[in-house]
Amino acid sequence: MDVLYLLGNEAIAHGCLEAALDTAFGYPGTPSSEVIDTLRTRQESQPYVEWSVNEKVAYEQALASSWCGMRSIVTMKHVGLNVAADPLMTSAYTGVKGGFVLLTADDPFAHSSQNEQDSRCYAAFARIPCLDPSSVQEAHDMVRDAFALSEEFSLPVLFRPTTRICHSKSDVSLGPVLVSERKAVFEKDPSQYVVIPAHTRVLHKKLNEKQPALRRRLVELGYNRCIVRSKIAVITGGVASAYVQEVLADSVSIMQIGAYPIDEQWLGDFVRSHDTIMVIEELAPVIEEVVRQVSGDIQVFGKKSGHVPYEGELSLERVSAYLVSAQIPVKKEYPKPLSPAALPVRPPILCAGCMHRTAMYAIKKVFRDGIFPSDIGCYTLGLQLGVVDTTICMGASITIASGMAQAGEERDIVCTIGDSTFLHTGIQGLLNAVYNDACITVVILDNRVTAMTGHQPNPTTGITASGVQIPAVSLEMLCRSCGVRFVETISPSDLVQFIGVLKEAKAQPGVKVVIAKQPCVITERRARVNRGKYAVSNTTCIGCKACVKFGCPAIELQGGLAYITDLCSGCGACAQICPVAAISREADE
Amino acid sequence: MSFDILIVGIGGQGTILTSNIIGRACVIEGVSVRGAETHGMAQRGGSVETQIRIGQEFGPLIAPGTADLIISFDLMEAVRSCHYIGEKGKILTAREYVIPTSVFMQDYPPPDEHMLISGLGDRDVKIIDARRLAEEAGSILTQNIVLLGAASSCIPLRESSLLEAIRLTVPKKTVEINLKAFELGKNASICI
Repeated sequence: MDVLYLLGNEAIAHGCLEAALDTAFGYPGTPSSEVIDTLRTRQESQPYVEWSVNEKVAYEQALASSWCGMRSIVTMKHVGLNVAADPLMTSAYTGVKGGFVLLTADDPFAHSSQNEQDSRCYAAFARIPCLDPSSVQEAHDMVRDAFALSEEFSLPVLFRPTTRICHSKSDVSLGPVLVSERKAVFEKDPSQYVVIPAHTRVLHKKLNEKQPALRRRLVELGYNRCIVRSKIAVITGGVASAYVQEVLADSVSIMQIGAYPIDEQWLGDFVRSHDTIMVIEELAPVIEEVVRQVSGDIQVFGKKSGHVPYEGELSLERVSAYLVSAQIPVKKEYPKPLSPAALPVRPPILCAGCMHRTAMYAIKKVFRDGIFPSDIGCYTLGLQLGVVDTTICMGASITIASGMAQAGEERDIVCTIGDSTFLHTGIQGLLNAVYNDACITVVILDNRVTAMTGHQPNPTTGITASGVQIPAVSLEMLCRSCGVRFVETISPSDLVQFIGVLKEAKAQPGVKVVIAKQPCVITERRARVNRGKYAVSNTTCIGCKACVKFGCPAIELQGGLAYITDLCSGCGACAQICPVAAISREADE
Repeated sequence: MSFDILIVGIGGQGTILTSNIIGRACVIEGVSVRGAETHGMAQRGGSVETQIRIGQEFGPLIAPGTADLIISFDLMEAVRSCHYIGEKGKILTAREYVIPTSVFMQDYPPPDEHMLISGLGDRDVKIIDARRLAEEAGSILTQNIVLLGAASSCIPLRESSLLEAIRLTVPKKTVEINLKAFELGKNASICI
C-alpha cells in the first residue's frame, strides 16, 4: 500500500479510481475543482472525464451513465447543487443502477463562495444518504466505498467534503487502482425512468421505505460511531470531529457522525445514557435537531442554546471555548490571541496585465453614471474598481440587468459576465432580455478559459477536459442567434477602439453585446507569450497618479512618481491612460 | 503534540510548494502530517497562508498563539501573521516586502521597514536577505527554498529527508539551483 502526501481532492480522486470509476462529470467550483482536474490529467488510461457547461448538465449525464450501469461521479461546489437541484430531487425517486456519487463541496466561512449553505440539508430534503468525512484519509475511504453503498440502496450518495478536507493535505494510504470492465447498457423500464404521476407516486413510497434499512446500514459501516466514557458526551460530525478529538478531555464520551440519516434508535440509546450532551458541528444544526428529538429531559448544548454559532467555520480555539462555556472538560484551553497588527489589507486582486481591468476601466469611463451588475469569476474583483454593483449567483448579471431595466431604472445598465459563466447560465438571461426587449449592455469578458478555479477548459477554449482539440464555440454567433443585433467582438487591449465600441453600444436601443476577447494573462504567460515590459520616464511623469488609480499591481509610487515593477506583463494599458505619454515599452526607449 | 508551522506570503510566491516539501519529508520519515492551504480566488495576489502540522493525527488548523515556527516570504505578511506564534516559537522571514496596491490606489502612507520590524515585537525573529541569496543560487524564484533552508535547523525532520523531498517536488531542471538555495539559506546570516 502506497502512502503519499496528498491534497484532499487528489485523495478523493484516487478513491474513485480504486472503486473502478467509469465516468466523471463536473463544473469547476472552489473547493471541488481538483477532483476532476486530478482525474483528467492522469497519464494512464482513465475513466471518461468531462467538464460540463453547468452542474445540472453534469448531474443529468452522470445519472444517465449510472442508469446504464456505470459507476459515475458528478462534482460541484455547494451552490452548484442549487443549479442541479431539479434532477437531484427526482433522481432519489428513480434511483440509480451503477454506483452514483454526487460530490458537493461545502465552504464554511465562504472562503471562496457567495454563501455558506449546508449540503447535508439537501441530502435530508431528497432523502438520500450523505457522507461527511472528518479527515483526508476518511474522505478517500468513504468515496471509495460510496459507490457500493449507492448500488446497495439504488440511491445517489451525496458526498460532502468541506474546504478543510478538499484543501487540506495529509499522509494518505492508497489502495490499488482498479480498471472497470463494465459495459454501458440501458435497460428500458418506464415505471422507473418515466416519472409520470402514476409512476412517481409509487417511486416516492419506495424511497421512503428504503430509509430504516439505510439508517441501520450506516451504523454497521462504522461511519457513525461512539465511545462511552462518562455521563457527559460530545456529539460531533464532519471536520469538526478532528477539532473536538484534539481538544476534548479523555474523560468525556464522544460520538462521531460521518453519515446521514442518523439511526435515531442507536442515537437515542447513546443520548439517554448521559446527563449532559453538547453537539459541535459546522453550519446548520443537522445533528443537533435529531439529538433534540431523542433527548427528552437531558440537557443539550449547541447552536439552539446559543453556545455554538450557526455560521462560519470551527477551529481548535473556538471548539475549546465552546466546550468550556458548557463546562465540558477540555485537554487544552487557548489563550485569547493578540489581535492581528493593523496593516493595510492585501485582498486578492486582478493580475498585472489582466484584460478585465482594462475592460472595466473603459466601462467606467464611458458609462460614468451607469449601474453595473456583475457575475461570478475573477472579474468579481472589479469591485475594487467600482464596476461591480451586484453579484448574487452564476448567470445573474444579465438577468439582474434586464430586471432593473424592466423595473424602470433610467440610468445606463451595463453588466459584465465571463465566458464560462455566460455558457453556464447566462445564455437564457440574454435570450430572455432580447425576447422582452430590455435596454441593457452586456459585456462578455471572454478570456477563453475558466480562470478563477484553476484554468479549466470550457467550450471557448477549443479543448476538452481530457485534452482533445475541438472547434471553439463562437460567442458572437450564439448571441446573434439569441436575436441580439448589436454584437461586437474586440480586444480591450486597444483601449481607444474598445471605448469607441462601448460608446456605440451606449447610443443604441435594446440589448447590446460587446465581447471583450483577450486570452487570460496567466494562460499567455504559460504559453510563453512575451510582450516585454513598460517603464515610466522620470522626467516626463508629473505624478498625477492616473496610472496608479488604474489599480494594476505592477504600478507603484516611488518618491511621488509612478514606477513599474517586475510584475509588468506588457499589456500597455497604463501607457494609453497616461495623460502625458510618460509610459512606454522598455525596448522603445 | 505536533510541531506546527505557518508559511505565509503573497499568492504566487510558492507557499504551497514549500509545504509540499515538508509534507513529503514527513512521509519519507513515516511521520503523520496535516496541512491546510489557500486555493481559489484568494490566490490572486492576496495574502496567503499554508499551515502544516508535523506529527499531527487530527485536524490541519493551527490555533493563534501556538505556532512553533512561522516562515514568511514577505516582511509585511510576517507582521500580519505574527499573532499566530507561540511563546517559544520562532519567526523566520524574508527582508523584502511588497506594498499592497490598495495603499497606492488610496494614497495611504506606505509602511516602512523600521515600522514593520518593530511590529514583530520582542519575538524570536530571524530576518534573511532571501532575494539576494536566491539570486546567488541562480533564480529569484528560489526564495522560498532559501527560507526553508534557513528554517531547517528548527524543523524536527532530518535534513536528508528535506533534501530528498526537494528533489521529488521541484521541477527536474531546477533541482540543482534549489538544492543550492537550500544550502545558502541554511548558512544564511541574520541580515538585521
